[in-house]
Amino acid sequence: MARTRILCVLAAALLVAVALSITIGAKAVPLTDAWQALTAPTGSENDIIIRSLRVPRTILGVLAGIALGVAGALMQGHTRNPLADPGLLGVTQGAAFLMVSSIIFLGVSNLYAYIWFGLAGALIASVGVFALGMVGGRGGPTPVTLALAGTAVSAFLYALTSAIVLLDEQAMDVFRFWQAGSIAARSADVVWQIVPFIAAGLILALVNAPGLNALSLGEDVARSLGQDVNRTRAVGVAAVTLLTGASVAACGALAFVGLIVPHLARHLSGTDHRWLLPYSGLIGAALLLVADVIGRVVAPPGELEVGVVLALLGAPFFIALVRRRKPVRL
Amino acid sequence: MRFRVRPRAVIACVTGSIALLLLMALNIRIGDIPMSLGEVLRGVIEGDFVVMELRLPRALTGALVGAALAMAGGITQSIARNPLASPEILGVTTGASVMVVAGIVASGSVYGGASGLLLSLGIPVLALLGGLLGAALVYSLAWRRGLDGYRLVLVGIGVAAVFTNVKYWLLTVGDVNDTTRAMVWISGSLHGRGWEHVLPVFLALAVLVPVALAATRTLDALRFADDTAMSLGVRLNPARAGMILLAVGLAAVATASAGPIAFVALASPQIALRLTGSGRPPLLTSAIVGAVLVAAADLIARTAFAPVELPVGIVTAVLGAPYLIYLLIRLRRGTRT
Repeated sequence: MARTRILCVLAAALLVAVALSITIGAKAVPLTDAWQALTAPTGSENDIIIRSLRVPRTILGVLAGIALGVAGALMQGHTRNPLADPGLLGVTQGAAFLMVSSIIFLGVSNLYAYIWFGLAGALIASVGVFALGMVGGRGGPTPVTLALAGTAVSAFLYALTSAIVLLDEQAMDVFRFWQAGSIAARSADVVWQIVPFIAAGLILALVNAPGLNALSLGEDVARSLGQDVNRTRAVGVAAVTLLTGASVAACGALAFVGLIVPHLARHLSGTDHRWLLPYSGLIGAALLLVADVIGRVVAPPGELEVGVVLALLGAPFFIALVRRRKPVRL
Repeated sequence: MRFRVRPRAVIACVTGSIALLLLMALNIRIGDIPMSLGEVLRGVIEGDFVVMELRLPRALTGALVGAALAMAGGITQSIARNPLASPEILGVTTGASVMVVAGIVASGSVYGGASGLLLSLGIPVLALLGGLLGAALVYSLAWRRGLDGYRLVLVGIGVAAVFTNVKYWLLTVGDVNDTTRAMVWISGSLHGRGWEHVLPVFLALAVLVPVALAATRTLDALRFADDTAMSLGVRLNPARAGMILLAVGLAAVATASAGPIAFVALASPQIALRLTGSGRPPLLTSAIVGAVLVAAADLIARTAFAPVELPVGIVTAVLGAPYLIYLLIRLRRGTRT
């Protein structure tokens, strides 16, 4: 099975990326020492670095990468639009808006609280967009209605966020770093906070894959195959919201991972979502970790935000791929 | 060639033009010395200093920039066959943003406040340069034995991702004051715009709009699948290249004058399409909708929190998004029942 083999290769690539992420950084830790720190910690300096910094950061990278990769593939499948990113339904901007509002109106300054506000904002915005798509028509929202309504709501929320950060310097200072995206300096608590959301999102996504395959044949065909189109779409939107909302609340505006990665994955998988979703997730996670590792070493003594590295690294590769091969259309 | 006059398009254009004139007059009316509408009219005819030198240029910049952006958006959406496309995927607005933010952050930290004059002269030039460079990059990367709409979109996504994230990174590097200044420009602002900002956009529109309208038939054909377009007698590559050039020219000049005013290029063609009930973004109606949108947004930006003035690009989305959503809902209700 060629597809299973590709899946194994991608999983192996992710494992290598995880190993790199744990060992490389401001202080390089040999793999043997890292293993020891994980299995039999002695409280040495290396052990503390590994257990309190590198491991949470790596886990967060893996979670966010998988989540955004899968969410992007789902979003592009449901809207049948190559320009759809997982934040399309207002998720990213909803998170940003509520986080910034909580800073300025409620005086929240605690990182954990931001995350809850971010998550709540993502959920509210996404449900709102889906509801707007439902209003008026008999059936559920069509892909174009969803995409346009989502873009409109995103633009609306982004405008409100911009207005707030322009009027308040403290909010601006938080916002600009959130916007750049980072998986650094997040403690293990943050990781555990988002795990349930991402796990639920991934389960929904896998359940959704066969239905999405039927939907991509067109709604009428899907219906005649016995699909409940509206339910399939609602499950997809729920999955995207959970996955993207949790990731952007914890790591910032990295949603474009989910814009580019599915196009890469589609070259390997074709259009079958049962394979596209796992490929997309694994590639997303591996890419995010590698970009993060490069960001750690490229500008000592500081670090480069993962979002920038990812764009500088991933986008040229993506463009080269698009030029080399005939694009796999949605 | 055959022209079919669509009554709904004519109504939309006429109402839009009247609304535009009214909004511009209202815009000119407000300021440190409030005027009545009659005084505004007299001021324009008699050449009053406040009207002619301070307020009219700003109002005109807004209207022209809105029209240019909307038209660029309509062309891009037709070529990409995608309602979510905007000049952003042509690399224009994002290229301009990166260049300007880099300029503000670099000069801000090195020269301090003294660079103010240099920057105010330099920003439009920087923006134009960045926009054209960005577009050239997307164009050359997307060209491979011809221009394919789908490949253009994908390449555009890639380039936009690089530019956007470099922009975000630059915003984190600089001093937070510079960040705020840069944010105002990125949002799109009409503050302090004079005749020197009106003229380039006016010239660009005067040259490019007739060309674009003459090419409407070609643009219509490009909406279809490649085979169909070819069988309609359109030479695909020159046609697409020419239309992209038009869109890039319009968007680059507009962005240089007022910054990448958000949402106008994306929303105006979609609003126009739904107002006229046509099958593709109608260029002229889009331009008028864009102009009205920016003029109305500027009026709100100046009055809502007076004396504090918001960047106009923030208000365009606040104003345009609900309207687009309303149209989406109303149309669904109309088609399904």
